[in-house]
Amino acid sequence: MSAENNVKQVWDWLADVPDPEIPVVSVVDLGIVRNINIGDDTIEVEVAPTYSGCPATEVIESSILEKLVDEGLKDVSIKRVLSPAWTTDWITESGRDKLRDYGIAPPVGNASKRELLGKGAVHCPRCGTSQTTVVSEFGSTACKASYKCDECLEPFEYFKCI
Amino acid sequence: MMNKKQAIIKYTLRLGDNALILAQRLIELVAHGPELEEEMANANFALDYLGQARMFYSYAGELEGNGRKEDDFAFMRGEREFCNFLLLEQPNGHFGDTIARSVMFEIFYLAQLEAIAACRDERLVEIAARAVKEIRYHLRHDSQWLVRLGDGTDESHAKIQASIDELWRFTGEMFAGDEVDDIIRDEFGGPDLDKIKTGWQSGMTRLLADATLQMPEDKWMDDGGRTGRHSEHFGPLIAEMQYMQRSYPGLDW
Repeated sequence: MSAENNVKQVWDWLADVPDPEIPVVSVVDLGIVRNINIGDDTIEVEVAPTYSGCPATEVIESSILEKLVDEGLKDVSIKRVLSPAWTTDWITESGRDKLRDYGIAPPVGNASKRELLGKGAVHCPRCGTSQTTVVSEFGSTACKASYKCDECLEPFEYFKCI
Repeated sequence: MMNKKQAIIKYTLRLGDNALILAQRLIELVAHGPELEEEMANANFALDYLGQARMFYSYAGELEGNGRKEDDFAFMRGEREFCNFLLLEQPNGHFGDTIARSVMFEIFYLAQLEAIAACRDERLVEIAARAVKEIRYHLRHDSQWLVRLGDGTDESHAKIQASIDELWRFTGEMFAGDEVDDIIRDEFGGPDLDKIKTGWQSGMTRLLADATLQMPEDKWMDDGGRTGRHSEHFGPLIAEMQYMQRSYPGLDW
């Protein structure tokens, strides 16, 4: 196999590694796998932490190692990269679709434009209406806020744009 | 005379100490918050601060090159070796005290991080660029509370005004500066404390006006955190924080 194919294979494998807090999306969907460097006998995966204090960081790194070792790779290592900093803008389109199907409203707008401070409409992941109300800026994990839908009245979580 | 390397190690440790000690204070609110949402908010904020402290400590350990790691700085140092601001070790008090402490620090810390994100130390730039987004979010939340309490009932107004007045004497230390800050500014293009002070004063003036609160006069300012002379509240704080290592030295997960 060529080096290029090898890299593609590793990306495919990582697409099966779930995020430990929101297992419906993979580490690749989240945009935290930045690069894969293949040497002669070594593989280095560059991973960006989401939030400074995200308790899942270590779990994510060990799940990636475990997956690649299970696939028969030997000399695998993780390099933690801080720059450019991860924001919700790194979540892929398919990642956003998976979040919505799972019942979590994906982040609205663009973190680099500080949409956080403005108010884009958050759509209900169930009925799709923009008539929603924030219940709490904080949810079950640091990255989510709690909302409720004014149309179908279901409560839901919103992945904060940050 | 301190050299560049000593200065950046010291500076990075101070950043870590500020973040860790405020994290420890906010963690105390877990299961003791005034309401569920605020308990979660402050637990989330504590987690951000803890994460920032870990990044600063890890970097300080690498710079130092003696094999010390993040846990060594957090759990294996004594009181006098911590160089956080006195403001951050003050007890949580009532909710107004907690909010006043956070707002006063975060207006400063946000400006400090923004300046660090434009300095000439690559690693500090990366950490600050990440942390800025988190602190901006904390400050937004805490400022809203300051306004709600100040412009709320007579009782909430009186209480939060008393919190601001009481904590004011700890704010001077943030801008006092010493040799370390001078080297970071001159040799690394880091924060200029005079500029940050001007920005902080105008930010506080605006926010206090929104909250219908009085800005206290600058009188005598307390000092000593940066040189390890702490207030009486610090001992119990680290006794709890370091409980496991004190009881079982060298314990590892």
